[in-house]
Amino acid sequence: MSFLTGLLRLRRGPWEMLATILIALGVVMLMQPFALALFTWSFPVTLVGTVMFIITSHFPE
Amino acid sequence: MSDPMAHRIAAATPPALAHRIRGLSDRAIAWVFVAPTIFLLLAVNIFPLIWTIRLSLTDFRTNRPNNPVKFVGIENYRKILTDADTWLSLQATAHFLIWTIVLQVVIGFALAYLINKKFRGNDLWTTLIVLPMMLSPAVVGNFWTFLYQPQIGLFNYVIAFFTGADPSSFSMIGEVGLAPWAIVIVDTWMWTPFVMLICLAGLRSIPPSIYEAAECDRASKWRQFWTITIPMVLPFLMLAVLFRGIENFKMFDLVVQLTGGGPGATTQLVSIDLKREAFEKWRTGYASAYAVILFVTVFGLASIYVKALNKVKDR
Repeated sequence: MSFLTGLLRLRRGPWEMLATILIALGVVMLMQPFALALFTWSFPVTLVGTVMFIITSHFPE
Repeated sequence: MSDPMAHRIAAATPPALAHRIRGLSDRAIAWVFVAPTIFLLLAVNIFPLIWTIRLSLTDFRTNRPNNPVKFVGIENYRKILTDADTWLSLQATAHFLIWTIVLQVVIGFALAYLINKKFRGNDLWTTLIVLPMMLSPAVVGNFWTFLYQPQIGLFNYVIAFFTGADPSSFSMIGEVGLAPWAIVIVDTWMWTPFVMLICLAGLRSIPPSIYEAAECDRASKWRQFWTITIPMVLPFLMLAVLFRGIENFKMFDLVVQLTGGGPGATTQLVSIDLKREAFEKWRTGYASAYAVILFVTVFGLASIYVKALNKVKDR
């Protein structure tokens, strides 16, 4: 619940957490050996996560 | 006390220049000092990055510089991300990355823990262990190809000695199933000493008084290890993982020398694949898109890793 509140109030912690999850997910999708479709969508996910991380690191604590 | 050299330099400075320098504010002088670095950073890092992103959206080929360059949008990215061979290269890189880091951290930490104990010949052993790290990757790749030779290679004879198998019955760099492990073994052999040195620095930075206090509290060695040693060495370990992770993600020379990416494409890591696209097939636009994808991946990973490292250090 506090996570969602933090997201709505544009707090750094939850947004950075979300960006981190996206980056990690993107990297796993890029290197996993199971589905080509996941590989195809890995870069957009990583890119969104990375850009989000750069932006949200300037949000207030 | 005045410096005669400074006086001589001041006297030799042309009056007009001296007046101009004296007239600069602190902020302007700071900019004068920082400007060369900023210029170099822009010229060497930022400009090539922007140029690569621009090229990644075109069909430019370096071997045909006079051909008209066509803007293709995200077509290069689409091709890369639907290419099964590129996917295999990334899987090979993941295998190499995960296993080298796991083995190097476990063995490197174990060696550092042993070397940290006082014993006779401690310095000699440290020097011997660190030796592989000082060799050139090209040399290491070359002599390990000899060690891996099925007929005359020492490696095969050692394995045969322990398993009873025929030394010439397997080829570490010639078999699809063994080649990925061959490059993992060589990289681990070469770079474990680096991780060991970083862990050793971490172990030696722990004040003995903490262990003494733990002894007074009757904490067992096992508990001391998990509650003192590991938490205090963790930032160092994480640094080692960061260094080795970035280095191995762009691993090229050692693997090219050892297997050349083969057999088939089983050891074709992303850096080798990228080099082939850029300088053998001359698909510069495609290779630029490939490089951008890898850059974003490493940049994203490094960002979250540095954040985690700072958190561990702040604890």
